[in-house]
Amino acid sequence: MGSQGGFYQSKEFLDLVKSIGEARSKAEEDRIVLNEIETLKRRISEPDIPKRKMKEYIIRLVYIEMLGHDASFGYIHAVKMTHDDSLLVKRTGYLAVTLFLNEDHDLIILIVNTIQKDLKSDNYLVVCAALNAVCKLINEETIPAVLPQVMELLAHPKEAVRKKAIMALHRFYQKSPSSVSHLVSNFRKRLCDNDPGVMGATLCPLFELIARDVNSYKDLVISFVSILKQVAERRLSKAYDYHQMPAPFIQIKLLKILALLGSGDKQASENMYTVVGDIFRKCDSSSNIGNAVLYECICCVSSIYPNPKLLESAADVISRFLKSDSHNLKYMGIDALGRLIKISPEIAEQHQLAVIDCLEDPDDTLKRKTFELLYKMTKSINVEVIVDRMIDYMISISDNHYKTEIASRCVELAEQFAPSNQWFIQTMNRVFEHAGDLVNIKVAHNLMRLIAEGFGEDDDNADSKLRSSAVESYLRILGEPKLPSVFLQVICWVLGEYGTADRMFSASDITGKLCDVAEAYSNDETVKAYATTALMKIYAFEIAARRKVDMLPECQSLMEELLASHSTDLQQRAYELQAVIGLDAHAVECIMPSDASCEDIEVDRDLSFLNDYIQEAIEKGAQPYIPESERSGMLNISNFRNQDHHEASSHGLRFEAYELPKPALQSRIPQALIASTEIVPVPEPMYPRESYQTTMPSIPSDAGSAELKLRLEGVQKKWGRPTYTPATSTSNSTSQKTVNGTSQGDGASTVSSMRETYDSRKLQVEVSHEKQKLAASLFGGSSKTEKRPATGHKAAKASSHMVENSHVLKSSMEVASDKATPAQQPPDLLDLGEATATSTALQLDPFKQLEGLLDTTEVASAVNGAPAASISPDIMALYADTAAGIRNKNDPDLLSGLSNPSVTNMPGTTAMPQVTQSSSKGPNPKDSLEKDALVRQMGVNPSSQNPNLFKDLLG
Amino acid sequence: MIKAVMVMNTQGKSRLAKFYEYLSVEKQQELIRGVFSVLCSRAENVSNFIDAESIFGLDSRLVYKHFATLYFVFVFDSSENELAVLDLIQDVLPSVFVETLDKCFQNVCELDIVFNYSKIHTILDEMVFGGQVVETSSSEIVKAVEEISKLEAASNAISLIPKSASGWRSR
Repeated sequence: MGSQGGFYQSKEFLDLVKSIGEARSKAEEDRIVLNEIETLKRRISEPDIPKRKMKEYIIRLVYIEMLGHDASFGYIHAVKMTHDDSLLVKRTGYLAVTLFLNEDHDLIILIVNTIQKDLKSDNYLVVCAALNAVCKLINEETIPAVLPQVMELLAHPKEAVRKKAIMALHRFYQKSPSSVSHLVSNFRKRLCDNDPGVMGATLCPLFELIARDVNSYKDLVISFVSILKQVAERRLSKAYDYHQMPAPFIQIKLLKILALLGSGDKQASENMYTVVGDIFRKCDSSSNIGNAVLYECICCVSSIYPNPKLLESAADVISRFLKSDSHNLKYMGIDALGRLIKISPEIAEQHQLAVIDCLEDPDDTLKRKTFELLYKMTKSINVEVIVDRMIDYMISISDNHYKTEIASRCVELAEQFAPSNQWFIQTMNRVFEHAGDLVNIKVAHNLMRLIAEGFGEDDDNADSKLRSSAVESYLRILGEPKLPSVFLQVICWVLGEYGTADRMFSASDITGKLCDVAEAYSNDETVKAYATTALMKIYAFEIAARRKVDMLPECQSLMEELLASHSTDLQQRAYELQAVIGLDAHAVECIMPSDASCEDIEVDRDLSFLNDYIQEAIEKGAQPYIPESERSGMLNISNFRNQDHHEASSHGLRFEAYELPKPALQSRIPQALIASTEIVPVPEPMYPRESYQTTMPSIPSDAGSAELKLRLEGVQKKWGRPTYTPATSTSNSTSQKTVNGTSQGDGASTVSSMRETYDSRKLQVEVSHEKQKLAASLFGGSSKTEKRPATGHKAAKASSHMVENSHVLKSSMEVASDKATPAQQPPDLLDLGEATATSTALQLDPFKQLEGLLDTTEVASAVNGAPAASISPDIMALYADTAAGIRNKNDPDLLSGLSNPSVTNMPGTTAMPQVTQSSSKGPNPKDSLEKDALVRQMGVNPSSQNPNLFKDLLG
Repeated sequence: MIKAVMVMNTQGKSRLAKFYEYLSVEKQQELIRGVFSVLCSRAENVSNFIDAESIFGLDSRLVYKHFATLYFVFVFDSSENELAVLDLIQDVLPSVFVETLDKCFQNVCELDIVFNYSKIHTILDEMVFGGQVVETSSSEIVKAVEEISKLEAASNAISLIPKSASGWRSR
């Protein structure tokens, strides 16, 4: 070890390091370190320590602090070392202070002077050490002290110094942009530095500057492109080669910069196409760094104005990444796919199996990245599978941070794409059950509102089914030992509101459960409050229905406990409950109407019922009310505190006498009153919260409904309908139009082509192995409506018989809008469709019916899109019926494999509104869910279900 | 930018820790522990990347490389490229050690790092400056480090002895 030159370390230090390394336990390590600290404390303050010794002590201090112990007693010695003349000692001193101190430390003031001096040193190593310290230790206040020197160093003869000066300036910019904003042009100048290393370093600050303000650097596009071109063409000296790649790190930085500059800028992007294409071609994909550059190219391509050729190259590279054995490359591939998918969604299709592989990979990082990708490509068609997967994964992990993230993603996706309310509730249940305390409370309120509002259409039957299934599932879930508070609140609310609504469960069942909840979670006041209110509702409904109310003993004891509760809120609720029970049926009906949580409560904001009183008072000479906004002369008061403030100030500034009441004013009063409510929107947002906490309990009437209604005002109206319906209506209208276009001659082709779609899907699935199951539901599902060609592609692979069809599929895709394709399949598909059906005669009937219907829809769609949307479910429902009819009469082999799935799958196929879906699924929503699952399974390996069909098709 | 560079052994003892933003000693230890607990739960033959947002906050990734008994860890944000950083660790660090250290160390082992503590810092300072990667060519780094150590040794020989001697006399 003798040849270590300047890095000599003493035996003592080696011994220390060694003994720490060999320490068996943390306690032993701590003991050694504490011992060492004692020794150092003693030694370091001795007079006349040789510098070499001192240097070593400081290194030992650094080491100790790295192990997590306080070494602050030695900081001052490190500072002193920076003053030393010896390079070795000085450098050690600088190293120590950069590790020990932060920019706001008191000792910095002792260093600034030294730094100033050292920046002017003749020895470039001293300058470098000082620059290093500048980066770490100079704050906004001290920047001016060193800035002139640093600026001078930008022209230093040594490139290492220029490089570091650039970085120091960059650091200043990061810390305080305003203090160096006038010097930013220096970065541009240094871009033309003779030394490629300096130029490369300049790219770091430029990248940041461009990220902040793209437009001021558009002029540099040409320069960056030409630099990148030169680098890629190996114009730099061999010294910059790295694994046979010319300056890859510079290439990466340049590509990142170009990605920023070309984003959404067609003109700038066009300059880049050639060079990026060149790099794609030249890049060595066998080395790690080559792949890094390729990855950066993909990022660049996906960011700049799209170019089909480059996108193709990018897709090629992605598929190479994904096929690689290296997890790192797979990771990059998934990430790149996530970027590219925004521009060309169809690219995901060819990689479905690779993506599934990554999803099932034991590597957590890869898995998470893949979930991120799935999150990006979720559509209403594959949402069920994806969210299902996400929740499974969420349950399996323990990292709360990521759990929260994935839970909120599940919620977000479910809210955006839920195929049915049923599914939404089930999904929410799972999320709540496993991550209830991690999700936003709004989600719970949303769920309550959904259950209360139901489908939002006049289908009371479906609504009540939804509710009873929710009640049923909640009663079951309540058996679980520990549930999150938020979820319990939802459960209590739903049980209170709808627990007895369908008479499936008796009031004593529900109240018993509610009492159990209140008891089991007795330290959670919110849950208890919800439970109490729920109890009140149940009893109120019983009384209103003129049934005899028997309060369970446990309920009575709970009430007694709550009446004496320390929480006034709980007490209030208990008293209310008591009061309600004592009332007669009629009064209770008025107070607690059944299922009225969504009814609007009319709030008379104008307080018009007071008008007479006011009029009277004014006539008697009272001063009319002047709204606060008019008093202060400010309209945009945003909160109460502000308001108070204004009030106070207006009190202080009013010098003029009060006006005398004038008769003329009287006519203006009502107006003023109205205006006050209109002009001053301030108090309104405050109402919900306020009344939730205080007003609500104090007004026993409508307590339950007010509770829900008021709180929901703050809830985002995000769920379902607004996002979902427009898509549905458009897709319906397009498909109808094409139906009209193609199938007037032969109405049968529509149906058979639908059948055909299904068949082709089955084929694709049958051929490949188990994983395609998932792939089909993730990608194939989406391809059903939006990514037609891939399904066709797969089908082509699956069966040579299908080649023609898939070709047609592809071409039809190119021509027409994706959603319309199922209907656009040419009549020759009919043969296949007929081949699958045993009886054409049977099929004809439904087709005729459909034809009849088509006329109606034609008219409807001609009128406008909206009515069409409302009619189309009928067709589908009818079709479902007819398909079911076929099932009854058809060959039993076929029925299970074909008709049944076609009934349930169909809504998905044509993006039907969920109404149709659930209505076609059968009366019990839970059953239908199970059926759904079954169907999905069947759709995946149907070979056992009807081998005949496949024999026909595959030969 | 690079947020932190860490080297720790497979028992979680840190061998080197350099944070490019100031953090208190306690916070540093907390992060090191957090990183180690993630690292030690990773299987073999998985990717070298970890999403470090739960430890380091938003927009932070972590790339690590396992050599012998050591983990080399770089923490950085989205302005760096994961694969490139991995290359930094994979090639530059060890090759620098291997090439520059005494030939008696045949391969990179824990001792190298431990016994050349201040040298590692010098190497890192040449490579990463103020959180940005400034030099990636291992030969350039080797050259710079050699030059520094030569100059330091020279200045040591010239200035140390007379200085301390004069200091001695003046007392």
